Amino acid sequence: MKRGQAYRWGMGMAGLLAWRNLAHDRSRFVVTLVGISFAVVLIAMQLGLFLGFSDSATNVIRHTRADFWVVPKGSRNFEITMPLNERELYLARSVPGVAHAEALLVQFAIWKKPGGGDESVLLVGSDLNTGLAGPWDIVAGHLEDLRRPDTVMIDRLFAETLGVGALGTTVEIRGQRARVVGFTQGIRSFTTNPWVFASYRTAQHLTQFAESETNYVIGTFEPGADPLRVRDALARILPRTDVNLSEQFAARTRDYWMFATGAGASVLVSAVLGLLVGMVIVAQVLYATTVDHLPEFGTLRAMGAPRAFIYKVILSQAVISATLGHLPGITVSLLLAKASESGAALVLVPPSLAIGLFGVTLAMCVLASVISIRKAMDIDPAMVFQR
Amino acid sequence: MSEPALEARGLTLVYGSGETAVRALDGVDFQANAGEIQALMGPSGSGKTTLLMILGCLLHPTVGEVRVEGRLVAGLSNPALARLRLQRMGFIFQSYNLFPALTAEENIQVALELKGHDLAEAPALLELVRLGGRLHNFPRQLSGGEKQRVAIARALAGDPPILLADEPTAALDSINGRAVVKLLAQLAHEQGRAVVVVTHDPRVGDLADRIVHIEDGRIQC
Ligand SMILES: Nc1ncnc2c1ncn2[C@@H]1O[C@H](COP(=O)(O)OP(=O)(O)OP(=O)(O)O)[C@@H](O)[C@H]1O
Ligand SMILES: [Mg+2]
Repeated sequence: MKRGQAYRWGMGMAGLLAWRNLAHDRSRFVVTLVGISFAVVLIAMQLGLFLGFSDSATNVIRHTRADFWVVPKGSRNFEITMPLNERELYLARSVPGVAHAEALLVQFAIWKKPGGGDESVLLVGSDLNTGLAGPWDIVAGHLEDLRRPDTVMIDRLFAETLGVGALGTTVEIRGQRARVVGFTQGIRSFTTNPWVFASYRTAQHLTQFAESETNYVIGTFEPGADPLRVRDALARILPRTDVNLSEQFAARTRDYWMFATGAGASVLVSAVLGLLVGMVIVAQVLYATTVDHLPEFGTLRAMGAPRAFIYKVILSQAVISATLGHLPGITVSLLLAKASESGAALVLVPPSLAIGLFGVTLAMCVLASVISIRKAMDIDPAMVFQR
Repeated sequence: MSEPALEARGLTLVYGSGETAVRALDGVDFQANAGEIQALMGPSGSGKTTLLMILGCLLHPTVGEVRVEGRLVAGLSNPALARLRLQRMGFIFQSYNLFPALTAEENIQVALELKGHDLAEAPALLELVRLGGRLHNFPRQLSGGEKQRVAIARALAGDPPILLADEPTAALDSINGRAVVKLLAQLAHEQGRAVVVVTHDPRVGDLADRIVHIEDGRIQC
């Protein structure tokens, strides 16, 4: 970096001094940057996993174009279901402001692979006519194929697990024969049980569910209706259920899987550990750099440099380290996130996280430089004469 | 007659306390005038550096008062003292104390920026110490004498009326030492600065307008 550049960045001679002091000991600077990048990757992966888990935990709810969800009272998530009487569906339809309501079936089932072996799957049966719920991102076959009896779709991610090599494979679900007629791409599940999509009728048949029972009632509001008001009206008429707006049910499901089970907390703890490790590394190196240049800080103090100038030098060291450490770290993180798209665990690093992490890195480096600032301010300017 | 640039009266300085107390200065009066170079000489441990630090407002005397250009410094806060040093004084050290990671030009620019001067003044200052061609050299690429001249150019940044130097020639051979002393004398005589040089070096004595001898913390007549 030339002096002109440091100037254009508005860092002045303090910035130049900071940059040169860092660059002076090249190998230590490289170690610092590797350390910061490593911390960034660690934090990004853990937070990315958290976002990926959240995404997987709610993807089916979020891709359902319903405005409201009527769920059995006390239901805390989408996957572990309880029965709901079909009567609730008819009652829901009678509420003013409800444009449409339909039933949704979600059941665990045992899937027998063609080559032998069992897998536990989550079967989702929905009304194909409205297309409110059901599979999306279909990469092989057509939604219409599900209208034929005992046909299902699965995700490519799970094809191997489920022993399905190609379309048309016949398997057994709860002892009934079913045929795979389509593949989706990228529909993960938090529970790791593969999703199996079918028409409502097929799902009812495969699970031998009673005609009078279902799991959820989902639906849409009339255009212009007040969502909260209609929701409350539904709740009054359906006292044995919980009525949620779509986002509420997604949030509830996410909170259950991420926090009630501790899965989210553990990745967040790892992220915090990454932050602490990063901070210790940065603090170490900034401290060592400052100690190495202590006589120069003494000279500055003797010359009469204001405290602000010395803060600026040390904080510039922190900002430069943060910036140069964040860049490679976030690049590696984005590549890893990209690679995770075809893997079992999704790591999501959206732009907001990448930018937010720069803030975190900056804060980490600035905090880590506090001890260095104290060291530099404690020195007696008279020391410059004592040699 | 105008105010002396620096004036000290009855300076006593005691380091530490109790049994280990050291009386480094004992009732010292001192004066430095614009246009004059003074040599402060005396045996090791006699209190030369201590006096220079008090004159440079880096150390408060135990007893006595210091005036800089007529202004009493006793009541000033630390930031005010720092401003006073920055604006009115230039310091030159035995071990140069350049910033090793900055070039000669940049070393001077740090001082220029601190003093609120244009960074473009640096080449002229280096020209003044006859190092116009070494703008982009780092301290490690310069000889001891050249480093001390860069340090002098840095002390001259912002045009301070007072220059304080502690053993500026101690690390230099006789030719380089002489060149540095000549430069300091020139800065006093031709540019009207008040220059105080602490030294063991008789060559400095030869060129100084006045020699102050100090022994056991007392000025000898
Ligand atoms: N920080 C200190 N604490 C205690 N005693 C000190 C301190 N600094 C200096 N002294 C003592 O004060 C006396 C004067 O020291 P000073 O450094 O002023 O001497 P000097 O004349 O500059 O010597 P030299 O020629 O060796 O540099 C010495 O006896 C020294 O040991
Ligand atoms: Mg001394």
